[in-house]
Amino acid sequence: MAAQEQQQPQSRDVETEADVPGAPPVAPEAQASVATQGVDDLLDEIDGVLESNAEEFVRAFVQKGGQ
Amino acid sequence: MTARPEGLPSEKLPVGGAMRVMGSETEYGIHAPSAPGANATMMSARVIQAYANLTRQRAAGGAETRWDYTDEEPLHDARGWTVERSAADPSQLTDRPPVLDAEAVALAYGRQELEADGSDESGSLLMNMVLGNGARLYVDHAHPEYSSPEVTNPRDIVAWDAAGDLVALATVRKVAGDPDLPAINLYKNNTDNKSVSYGSHENYLMPRAVPFGEIVRGLTPFFVTRQVICGAGRLGKGQDGSTAGFQISQRADFFEAEVGLETTIRRPIINTRDEPHATADKYRRLHVIIGDANLSQVSNYLKFGTTALVLSLIEAGQAPKIEVHEPVAGLQAISHDTSLTATVRLLDGRRVTALDIQWIYYEAAAKLAQESGVSDSFSGDGHTRDVLDRWESTLGLLGSNPAGAASSVEWLAKMSLLEGYRNRDGLEWNDARLGLIDLQWSDVRPEKGLYYRMLSRDRMQRIVDDAVISRAVVEPPSDTRAYFRGKCVSSFGKDVVGASWDSVIFDVPGIGKLQRVPTREPLRGTEALTGQLFQKHATAGAFLRELLGLDPAPPA
Repeated sequence: MAAQEQQQPQSRDVETEADVPGAPPVAPEAQASVATQGVDDLLDEIDGVLESNAEEFVRAFVQKGGQ
Repeated sequence: MTARPEGLPSEKLPVGGAMRVMGSETEYGIHAPSAPGANATMMSARVIQAYANLTRQRAAGGAETRWDYTDEEPLHDARGWTVERSAADPSQLTDRPPVLDAEAVALAYGRQELEADGSDESGSLLMNMVLGNGARLYVDHAHPEYSSPEVTNPRDIVAWDAAGDLVALATVRKVAGDPDLPAINLYKNNTDNKSVSYGSHENYLMPRAVPFGEIVRGLTPFFVTRQVICGAGRLGKGQDGSTAGFQISQRADFFEAEVGLETTIRRPIINTRDEPHATADKYRRLHVIIGDANLSQVSNYLKFGTTALVLSLIEAGQAPKIEVHEPVAGLQAISHDTSLTATVRLLDGRRVTALDIQWIYYEAAAKLAQESGVSDSFSGDGHTRDVLDRWESTLGLLGSNPAGAASSVEWLAKMSLLEGYRNRDGLEWNDARLGLIDLQWSDVRPEKGLYYRMLSRDRMQRIVDDAVISRAVVEPPSDTRAYFRGKCVSSFGKDVVGASWDSVIFDVPGIGKLQRVPTREPLRGTEALTGQLFQKHATAGAFLRELLGLDPAPPA
């Protein structure tokens, strides 16, 4: 088991890439700010693609039964 | 592990790991915003018709093929009996072609229009197609459904399941391009949040010899808990979604029984429909109805990969010996707890979390895979190692840093988006805008679907790249009978009059009667076994004569 666990494919975890040794240290506040900026950008983009009149759109989505 | 010489076809897959004959079924939510009262069955038929028109252009001679219902047995119960037709719910009678209510159609769209283009050449509405990639596309009750071709591993199911989303997208575009039709949206989700649910099913081939009771015992604790890695996330609790909040699974609140035959009422955690679509004394097809439809590739990959591993445990007699007290209530309690701290009681008295149970299954699966040799990085089956690694890392993140799994686990990805809106705009959980985000997450159009917006920003991980998925729209998998089915449709479409999971029916000029080619062995009909035959013959007649050993055609 232990030996196998060390042979993990490199593609396994995108999230852990920030912890790879050699990456330049980033101040926690700067990291948080970058993350917030990313979320803000994302939400701005999504604001632009959401259907208009959320309440009516959601109410009209009525399905018949399925499996 | 003894390696097989390259190029020699085998009819067995390596056992003990994540390889297995499997397939997916997706019922899409369907909605025409400009025609909210439109008949859903009629709209679904429009979707099928749209794809027929597209593929007719693509494949010379008309690629589309009717479904053959001969081997459908929806009332066979895996526990060993058959339900009387008169005792069955009408929605269970899936072995008869659906009949569209003509009056409903006329009311919704007008008689003239239906006569003008709502029907195929033979005058009936096209409700059912077999595609060149080996899949089935049809009207199931009031939804369009894509059933993937049979594949042998979880990576391929991700590709051919996502190919269905591209098929759905193509139909949306085609309908949108018709100025005479209201635009139709399709959603890869499982509920309208108004008491109705529709399914996303998985199918796994198993040896018939495994006792069904062992399957029920081995799978139930796993199915109660696997939602933490493959739930798609849902806004609202209860079947009508009226209780505010966010939960892990789209489907959990719609399950009411532990074991049963039904799929539309009194839904059971373990479904007993016993239609093997294959040699019945050798195989059973385990029909799984408890899963959420996944857009996240990692969640989809793990849903199929880990379930295949657990089935291998059951077949080896090594499933964990645990039993959940009141599994239906446990399923819902776990879905309603995004902190992942809710516990269920085991029959031995222990109280454990969903993650505890998942770890128990992971450890058992890793042990069996190692003993079988299939998880070896070099001599293994090429799939099991990766499934185990992703399963382990995902469980690790869920236990220590759930936010770190938001790029892979679908419910966490959706929840992070909803939390972003709540934080920015101070929204309550019952705000209509959050309901719209939950719905629009699953819109199949990449410019509208919020999953696809996240994917385009690399906020979601991929298992397969876009080129692989695009190829899976038109090409069948090479290593199952789906290859034979798909190639027959794409190469000899005009001579194929019907097809199903276990047959292809030809009507070839010069060969007297209909020729039904059975395909009851899922690992035959592969490219290795039949590819040369497709290359060699340009006509269905010559192809069939060699395949069936008929006398060659007399010289003209």
